Order: sequence, then structure tokens, then C-alpha cells
Amino acid sequence: MRRFLRPGHDPARERLKRDLFQFNKTVEHGFPHQPSAGYSPSLHILAIGTRSGAVKLYGAPGVEFMGLHRENNAVMQIHFLPGQCQLVTLLDDNSLHLWSLKVKGGVSELQEDGSFTLRGPPGAAPSATQITVALPHSSRELLYLGTESGNVFVVQLPGFRTLEDQTISSDAVLQRLPEEARHRRVFEMVEALQEHPQDPNQVLIGYSRGLVVIWDLQGSRVLCHFLSSQQLENVSWQRDGRLIVTCHSDGSHCQWPVSSETQQPEPLRTSMPYGPFPCKAITKIFWLTTRQGLPFTIFQGGMPRASYGDRHCISVVHNGQQTAFDFTSRVIDFTVLAEADPAAGRRVSGELIGSLDNPYALVVLAEEELVVIDLQTAGWPPVQPPYLASLHCSAITCSHHVSNIPLKLWERIIAAGGRQNAHFSTMEWPINGGTSLAPPPPQRDLLLTGHEDGTVRFWDASGVCLRLLYKLSTARVFLTDTDPSENLNAQGEDEWPPLRKVGSFDPYSDDPRLGIQKIFLCKYSGYLAVAGTAGQVLVLELNDEAAEHAVEQVEADLLQDQEGYRWKGHERLAARPGPVYFEPGFQPFVLVQCQPPAVVTSLALHSEWRLVAFGTSHGFGLFDHQQRRQVFVKCTLHPSDQLALEGPLSRVKSLKKSLRQSFRRMRRSRASSRKRRPAGPPGEMQAASTKPERTGLQNMELAPVQRKIEARSAEDSFTGFVRTLYFADTYLRDSSRHCPSLWAGTNGGTVYAFALRVPPAERRTDEPVRAEQAKEIQLMHRAPVVGILVLDGHSVPLPEPLEVAHDLSKSPDMQGSHQLLVVSEEQFKVFTLPKVSAKLKLKLTALEGSRVRRVGVAHFSSCRAEDHGEHHLAVLTNLGDIQVVSLPLLKPQVRYSCIRREDVSGIASCVFTKYGQGFYLISPSEFERFSLSTKWLVEPRCLVESAKMKSHSCPSNGNGPGFEKALGPTRNSGSQSDGEEKKPGPVMEHALLNDERVLKEIQSTLEGDRGSYGNWRSHRMAVGCNLSSGGAE
Amino acid sequence: MNRGHRHGAGSGCLGTMEVKSKFGAEFRRFSLERSKPGRFEEFYGLLQHVHKIPNVDVLVGYADVHGDLLPINNDDNYHKAVSTANPLLRIFIQKKEEADYSAFGTDTLIKKKNVLTNVLRPDNHRKKPHIVISMPQDFRPVSSIIDVDILPETHRRVRLYKYGTEKPLGFYIRDGSSVRVTPHGLEKVPGIFISRLVPGGLAQSTGLLAVNDEVLEVNGIEVSGKSLDQVTDMMIANSRNLIITVRPANQRNNVVRNSRASGSSGQSTDNSLLGCPQPMEPSFEPEDEDSDEDDVVIEDNGVPQQIPKAVPEAESLESLTQIELSFESGQNGLIPSRGLSLAPTAGGTDSEFETRAPDQKLLEEDGTIITL
Repeated sequence: MRRFLRPGHDPARERLKRDLFQFNKTVEHGFPHQPSAGYSPSLHILAIGTRSGAVKLYGAPGVEFMGLHRENNAVMQIHFLPGQCQLVTLLDDNSLHLWSLKVKGGVSELQEDGSFTLRGPPGAAPSATQITVALPHSSRELLYLGTESGNVFVVQLPGFRTLEDQTISSDAVLQRLPEEARHRRVFEMVEALQEHPQDPNQVLIGYSRGLVVIWDLQGSRVLCHFLSSQQLENVSWQRDGRLIVTCHSDGSHCQWPVSSETQQPEPLRTSMPYGPFPCKAITKIFWLTTRQGLPFTIFQGGMPRASYGDRHCISVVHNGQQTAFDFTSRVIDFTVLAEADPAAGRRVSGELIGSLDNPYALVVLAEEELVVIDLQTAGWPPVQPPYLASLHCSAITCSHHVSNIPLKLWERIIAAGGRQNAHFSTMEWPINGGTSLAPPPPQRDLLLTGHEDGTVRFWDASGVCLRLLYKLSTARVFLTDTDPSENLNAQGEDEWPPLRKVGSFDPYSDDPRLGIQKIFLCKYSGYLAVAGTAGQVLVLELNDEAAEHAVEQVEADLLQDQEGYRWKGHERLAARPGPVYFEPGFQPFVLVQCQPPAVVTSLALHSEWRLVAFGTSHGFGLFDHQQRRQVFVKCTLHPSDQLALEGPLSRVKSLKKSLRQSFRRMRRSRASSRKRRPAGPPGEMQAASTKPERTGLQNMELAPVQRKIEARSAEDSFTGFVRTLYFADTYLRDSSRHCPSLWAGTNGGTVYAFALRVPPAERRTDEPVRAEQAKEIQLMHRAPVVGILVLDGHSVPLPEPLEVAHDLSKSPDMQGSHQLLVVSEEQFKVFTLPKVSAKLKLKLTALEGSRVRRVGVAHFSSCRAEDHGEHHLAVLTNLGDIQVVSLPLLKPQVRYSCIRREDVSGIASCVFTKYGQGFYLISPSEFERFSLSTKWLVEPRCLVESAKMKSHSCPSNGNGPGFEKALGPTRNSGSQSDGEEKKPGPVMEHALLNDERVLKEIQSTLEGDRGSYGNWRSHRMAVGCNLSSGGAE
Repeated sequence: MNRGHRHGAGSGCLGTMEVKSKFGAEFRRFSLERSKPGRFEEFYGLLQHVHKIPNVDVLVGYADVHGDLLPINNDDNYHKAVSTANPLLRIFIQKKEEADYSAFGTDTLIKKKNVLTNVLRPDNHRKKPHIVISMPQDFRPVSSIIDVDILPETHRRVRLYKYGTEKPLGFYIRDGSSVRVTPHGLEKVPGIFISRLVPGGLAQSTGLLAVNDEVLEVNGIEVSGKSLDQVTDMMIANSRNLIITVRPANQRNNVVRNSRASGSSGQSTDNSLLGCPQPMEPSFEPEDEDSDEDDVVIEDNGVPQQIPKAVPEAESLESLTQIELSFESGQNGLIPSRGLSLAPTAGGTDSEFETRAPDQKLLEEDGTIITL
């Protein structure tokens, strides 16, 4: 930005710029990529840590915020301090961090208060202090830390002072055990650490070899001990403290009655839910009492190793019912929401309410989604989450944003979506801490995401919570390999284990050709055009009733006048013949199939003229969806464009091949250099001359990255690739008469303009639409054309179709002369119309070496003057910078760096809204929302209710006298501070992409090679084992 | 003209010089002011005029003191010919299409006496390739060193002209580090270097760029702080008219300051970058001439045309320096109606076009005194 601020500038303009533009990253939508720890206390706040060191808290819809560890290490565990707005995180570098929610200016913020690394005595093994479990004590001052060595350290909060005299060493425990328990090597790492539900002086310590002791903190003695023959995984303590349930690595769980008098050599009951064949470990268990008397047993794992060992299951057993919820991704952690407050139960032990759990919801954090199951409703249906949506349940292939949706359309979409969500529970969202103070969203915005499996998802993007409204599947139109009966999965009664699939994450696409590439929605008419990977273009119409009809199919041969080309790419999708049943919602009525069936690269819909234009790497066409007739096609192929002809598949293959070759070469050169080393100095002339090839390879390895400087020539491949299509009513031929026109821009810097003749409305169905090529502009710099726009006589962009008819826009000025703006990757150019003459230009690449990746027109309103607003271009470059370029003078206004330049997928996924906001993917599953506008900001703002106020509003512990209890259910809420202004420290930038492994993974997915997943997957398996239920209620 | 012819024959006065011009079998005699010979273009026009061969492309040669036939095709060798003529300047004119290039060179006039051998064995000399010395308009600049007067001697600003796609620019750049003198002493800073020249490419053929030269600026914009990919994109975006400032790895061939005798291609200076006062400051060219930027429009009649530049409006004049206004200029030769008489801006291409102009210059315009 600095470079644009030169002396001699208009200060008034500079002031105005400050009123118009500001850059904020406001909120992250979607599911955190690679959550590494999740833990929900009964504070009605859910905390999720990620592998990149972020902590995210979620409460009631709209209450969410995020903190980022400076270290960017994976978050392993999160524990809320009982009854406080504080939480402790454990990172994978064994450091502890204390976070707290502080109120500032009416909203609260998440802040890191301090950090601490446990130090052992000098010379001790690192495992001595490797923390395996943490227990925040209800006194709120102490933190018990179980370690790999078997010692339990005590740390005072909030100062992180180690209390060495209180350390419960394994030796001390051993000495206080009776003789018969001592003979076994019982001391391994601490697996479980729990406070007595009612007596804060008792702590349960579970060691991995199977010993569980109850330790008296005051008297430093063992109250009871239990010896199990199996490796201990986790422990659950019944609310009244009289029963302990342990779970083990062999897939069994045992119940032990607690009584200090009699030592129990054998468990009361042992059961192996999925035996008798070898089972996998049960890693976490909950034993919860209910009013009816029959307990809930909820445990993770324990499936038969041979047949279901690969499933990620959580089983719920209650009253003779048993269901194994089967997740499509690994379970990170889970918890059960119970009516009773854990803090309350202790002090009011005499009361019934304190001794019963009455669980009502099961919250499961899987690797790819959050699933909440209603335990009160029969059948245990899932609850639809209002946030943390699994955006990537099938990989996102494109996105499209529509601002300011008319209420009518909005309601119809919600109604259509409501019918799809019938299987969800009617339960209110149970995680409801905090109150959102954010004003209601100013308008209704839709974000449409296209997915690999051929679905289009409609998201409510108006506010902080990205909520799924409606899901459209286009796969129904086509014949695919999927067997519909497979989905039913034979839910027989006698099926054992009683598996039930839950969650929506399903990354396995049946057919990659179904993938959605372009979406265009007309918000006024409800027409939707959707185009996909195999050259299919569907035109859909919103229908509130279910219907069964045939989809008319039309073929568009884009190679019409070219002979002798053979398409070597994928085949077209076979359309389903005959009538197809469509549920209420968007229903396709026309399928235009491009030939060759290459990926559709651009799409435009004009609902007023009832025309849809589509382009591929071979050309573009115009289709009249009123008369269901093709108007014209135009081939844009360059005869030498070999790649476009062969199709994308061969290209991928060649890339893979070349990668393989280069790896081989690298390996060979490494081997040769190793071999050479003993032979003599590497620079020796003789060696060089005898092994010319070898040295050549070595040089290649040493050579730095080089870039060839060559002018772009007309023979470059993919010049015919149609990048952008645009409809405009403008002066194309002469300055006296305006007419409808279609503009197309290609990868080779060519712009085609077609004059259209659309018959008047009364003859629209009879007379054909005619088109005639009027102009062809070749930009000499030959950079890909990424945007075309016509400005009216007042230099305002032409309104969208039907916008004027709905009185939502001033009608364009048709008196003055129109101008054409062509945005290529390298330059912005304004031409006059109808006589095309160059008027202005901004050469972006020539000046700063950056290229335009995305461009959108946005309306910026001033935050001071209500009525002042300007149209400008929002531009994203390949360096990840966001710029605003003024219209019509093409002056750069502001520039902010937004996305890391290495984050190719983030840059490629960016969409701009019409009001200066935007979205881009920060991971396969998360959208970052940013705003360039001072006026349109969607960010969480939440109030933190003070502890005292809260104690009145929560009846569950209204009779609790203690201050600490009053604090108990404090609902924490927070606001994410916006990146630059409020927070001077680490910018709210997602640290995800700082992670090398993540980058590699993204790369590998881009290359279609999933092999390299293994590394971090296995790493994280280890992580998962360390998770404990230490703080479970 | 006859007048001049007649009078010139008898004159032997100090200031004038007799010229005997032979075209085919015809001789013409006239005289020139020795002290004010004028320019070659005018002399060329005069010759065409006196031989009554307007619009015929000819090669002009003269016999020097040693009797060699030497070409006259620019101001320099024309002045040389005038100054050395004693007393008579003997001019030989050949039609271009029939020109015998082998006639030029050392001992050519002497050899020429042995005409018979040539006649008898005409293939003889055709086997040897001869260096063609052609008219200036047959040349076009491919590269030049510019701004010698404003750059430090250690730097070199090279302009590469790219015509069509016949010859690749042909060089590679890489990341590297260079040592700079800073207030804190010597510091290693990252830089961009030329890593390879493609054999036969434009960059190599100029001889002005070499491997390991550090690239400092691209078209007036400093590259420091920019990534290799950014610099690559900048160079490619400017590839039709690439101006790169380098610090040559070999500092021995540097141009000596204040001497304008540098140009390998005859253009010693180029004023297109005069707008920048300091060589190290990023300089923007408000009237960056874009011979490359003439986008083509095909109207519905199907005839490709270059897109004319719209007359800039008053409001656009206040725009930022980075925004190049497209000034109207006659530089693109495809607008015949306006002719080539203008070329008002002082840009690099103007000199390029001036060289084309002489064909249409008229004798009467100025300069050469025809003595009688």
C-alpha cells in the first residue's frame, strides 16, 4: 500500500479511502482441519484444538472464537478449569498453556495467560515429565499431571508453580500398597487421573499395567486399590463415587465397587461387549446413571478385531438397547452431556439431582466432523449442528456466492431443505453457552459449494454460522456405477454388532465426472445452471413440489468445424433415460452435453433472456433454455493446441510420469554422488570427463531454481480454454442502438463478442434467438482473460439481469458511451464501445510481477456517509494479495496481503461477494471469511455474562452456596478479534499452512496421490491414544 | 537541375566539390558544398533526382583514394566520402535488385578490371557468401545500451527488442545473493541473476548480457524484494520491449562515463527513460510506448485492425504514475492516412521509425546546396 501513497495525493481521497476500505479476516467457517483434541466440559462450551496450534471455542450459535498458540504445535488436550473461564491446553511439545476469556469493551476475548513446561530433576529421562493426563482440581488452584514415568506432579495455577512436596511419585504409591499388590510391575505411565465426584481430597490414579488406586491427598495414603489383569485404558467413576468402571485394551470393561474397608481382588462384573473373539481396546468409557435406574454405558472402540477392527465406533448401551455408531472418520474424542452439573453434585450430595447423570446428548468429535446424538429421543437420532459444518463431506470443487437473496427465494430454499433434514432430532442445540451480541445479518447471503460427488450445497452465509440450507444432487440425472441398494447396507435386526452409520462425511466419490465445476444462480428467477467435469451443463428450476419428468438432452459439438481431432479424455456421463423422480427443490429440465466432454470452464446464465452460455477448453456455446435450442457454438481451438485435444487425463499422466522420472533421477544422482565420494575430490577433471553423464546429473541437482524468460507465443497450449463468459446489453455495433451481447474471453488473450437478437417477450417462444459474431479482440500480451465487464455511461457496471425489473438497481445509463473492461491475468484495460479503442490500462504484472487470479466487482459503502458508495474491482493476485482497483480509472486503491502465496488451493478457491467480502479455503474443510469493506463485517461478537448473574439464571445449582459453584456453569463466550486492529500479537492468520506436513498433504491431494497420508496419520494415531477422559464429568 | 549540372562543370572554387555519378551507362555531374554536405538521405534523393530514377531503390558506392569501391549508406560514410574526395567524388549507383555486392570491398575496383573472368565464370564468386552491407532501413535494432549518462558506470541498462516470435529472448534467471555496501558494512542480500543464455537466442546474440550478471531493474522497477517468480512474470509481461538493468559480472567492459560512443547498434542513447532522475529509483514510464500493446480487433467485416488509442480525457491526466495513459502517436505504421511526418513524442521507437522516413522525404525540404 505504501507504494501508492505518494506525495501530491488528494488528502480528501485518502480520507475517503479510509472510510471505504479496511481489511479484516473475520471468521472461519466449517470444520477445523485435523482437530487434534476436543473436550467439552459441562460449561456448554466446546473446545477444539487443531494440529496447527489453534484453539477454537464454540457455544451457542454465533458464540465462537479462536486462539492460536505461538508455537504452532499440535494441541493434544484441552481442559477447562472447573467453574472458571479458563482452560489449559497441552501441546505435543509437552508444554502447558493457560488461556482465559477476558471481557473487553463488552465482548470477551480469548487470551493466553502463560505457558509452562514441566521440568524433571536434572538427569531424568524425558519420559519422566512427559504428560499423559492432566486433571484440573476442583479447588481451581491445582493441576495434577500424570506422566509416562508414573509420577503425578502438582502444579499451582495460575502461576504454574510446581509444588514438589505434593508430587505423588510411583515409589510413594508402591510403598503404601499391600505386599501382594507390589509384586507385579505395576508402574507404567499414568493412564487415568480423576477426582472423586464428591470428595475433593480423593484422586483416582490409573496406571497402564492395570493398577488403579484411590489416593488420599491429605493423608498421602492409598485408600483402595484395584488390580486388573489387562492393560488399563481409561476409567469412569460413578457419580456417587461408589463404583468404578475401567476399560481395557482387550476390549473389556470391568466394574469395581469402591469401599475403603474391603480390598477387592476381583471385579464385580467383567464384560466384553463384542467378544468372544479378540477385540480392539476400549479407549474411553462413560458410566452414567439415569432417573430410570438403568445406567448408560457409552464407550469407544472394543470392536471385534478381525471383522470390524477398522471401524470407528462409539457404542451406547442402555436398557437392553445397544447401538454402535459407526463414524466415517476416526473418533478423536467424545463426551456426554448430562443434566447434572459435576460441580454441583459434590456439595449437594444428599440430593437426588446431584447423584444422577441423566445424559441427554452424546457429542463426538471425529476427525472430519462433529456429531451430536440425542440420547433422550427414542432411536437416538443425530442433532443437526448449526456450525462446524463438514464443508468437505465430499471435496469442494467450486463455490459461488450470491448476495442479498430475495426473501421469497430464501424461504423456498429453506422449505426444500427442511424436507431433507427430517431425520434429524428436534432437540435444541445442546452446546449453548454464551450469548451472541452480533447484530442480525443485514441481508440474506447464499454460498453455494459444488462438490466432487455431483452435489451442490446451499449454505446460509449471512452470519457467523455457516448453516446448511439445502443439498442438491445432480447424480440422479445420470447413470452411475453406484448401486442404490448398497446404501441401505442391510440394516437387519439380527445384525451384530449393531452398527449404524452417522455423520455426513463421505469423501469417496462414485464418479469423478460428476464433480461440479461451475455454478450460476439467478436469485430473482430461481433458475440455476450447474456445470460439471464431464462437459455436462444442467439448467434447473426451483419447484416446490416433487416431480417426475424426463430431462431433455441436447448435445453441443464444440469441435464443429474442426476435423481430425480425437478426444482422449474421459467419456461423457450417460444420462438416465426416461422420467426421473425429483424431490422438491431445484429440478433439472435441460442437460446440455458438450462434446468433447471436457471440463466446463466457464458458465453464465441470463434469466431475462433465458439464455445460458458455457465454455470448455475447446470453445463455447449459447443455449436458449426457453426454446430448448442451441443458438450457436464457437470453436476456440488453436490448431497446435495438443493438450486441449488430448484431454486432462493424459496431462495428469504426463505430470506423474515426469515426477517419477525426476525422482528417479534424483535418486540416481544421489547414489552416484555417494559412490563417487571415495574416488576423489568432486571437482576432479578426470572424473568429470570419464563420467560426463553423472556430473551432468550432479550439476543438475546443485543448480538453483531457474526460470526461463520467454515471450508468450500464440502456440502456447490451452489458448482456446474459455475462461470467462459475460452477458451485456450494450452498444456493440453502433452507438445508436444497444443490443444483447455475449462476451467470451480465452486463455490466449482473445475476447469474442457476439451480438444477440432476442425476440420480444410476446414472440419469445416462436422466433429463434439469433447470434452473430461482431468483434474479436486479440490482446497482444496474450495473457488469459479472467474478467469482462461493461460499464454504462456513468461508468457504473451494468446491473445483473432482472435486477432493474425488481427495482433493486437503477437502470443503467444508456445515453453516454459504454466502456468495456477486459481483465487479463496481467493487465486491466478499458476500451471504448462500440468502436473498440484502447482508453486506459493498468499493467499489473509488468509493474510488480503479480498476476490476477480472481476479480470481482464490489460495491463499497462508506462507514460515515450513509449514501456514499462506489463500485470497484476486488482483485486477488497469485501472491495472495487482495487489492482494490478503482473503476473506471483503474487506480490501485489499497492492497493487503491475505493468503500465503504458497497456498495455491486457497488462492484458487477464493470468491468475492458483491459487497466487498470474500471467502477462501484455509483447509479442505474450512472457509476463511474476510472483508474489505468498513461497513459489511460479519464477525462474532459475544457477551460474557458475569459469574453472579449466571448463578441466578441457572437453576441446576441455584441452591449451591459457594462462590465457586456459582462460577460453575458460567457460560463463556467470546469474540474473535479481528486480525489487525484489536490484536497486536500474532495475527489471526490460520497457522495451518505453516505446517509442512499439511502443505505436503495438500500437494499430494492435488496430485491425486494419497500415499503420503500415511506419515501423519500414523503419527496422529499415537496422539489419539493419549487422549484421556481425565476431565470427564 | 540542368542548371546545376551545367554550372557545376566549370567550377573549381574552394567550397565546392565536383561529383561524377554513374548509373548504368549514364553519367551525371554536379557539385556539392564540401563544408556542408548535408545528410545522406538528402544526397540519396539528389542522386535519384539527377538520374531521374525516383522510387528506384539503389545502392550507392564511391571510389575512395585507394581505388576501392565503398558503399555510402549512412551519414558517416557519406561524410567520409565527401571529405576524402580529391578532387572529384566518383559515385557508382546500382539498382538494388541487380546489385552485385561482391563489387564492394578492398581492391574491388582493381579487380573489376578483370571483368572477363567474372563473365566467363559467373558461378565463381557466388559460391562465396558475401557480407551484405545494406541500407539502414534494412536494419532494425535488436538491442541497445541505454541511459549510459545517468547510470553508475558499474551498471548497464540493456534494451531488448522483440519482433514477432522468430527468435527467442533466450535467457534464464535464478536466485542468488550479492554483496552490497550498506551503512552497516558489507551485507549479503538476495538478488536475481542471469543463470543461462540460450545459444542462438536474442540475449546471447546481443553480447550485452552474460551469465551471472545481476538483474537490478526490469523496465524501471527494482527487483529487490521480489521473488524469482515475480521477476519472471515481470520480464515476460514486458517481453516485447524489455529493459533490464544489470550489474555485469564482468566489469571490464563497462562504458566510460560521458562518452556516448557505445552503441553496438548505432543508438547511443535512448531517451525513453529520461523520466527517472536516479537510476536506482523505480521509474515509471508514463508514456511507455507499446508497440507490443496494439491489440487487434476484428470487426464483423472480418478484417483485423489494430486497436487505436482513445484520446485521453482530461480526468485521466490526474491519474497515478503507474497508470500509463495511452497517448495517441503515429508510431504504428499501419495508419497510412496520417503519414509518418509526425512522431511528436521523444520515445525510443521514434528513432526507430525515423530510419524509415527517408524514402518519402522530398529534395526540396532543406539542406543540400546544389551549386550551379
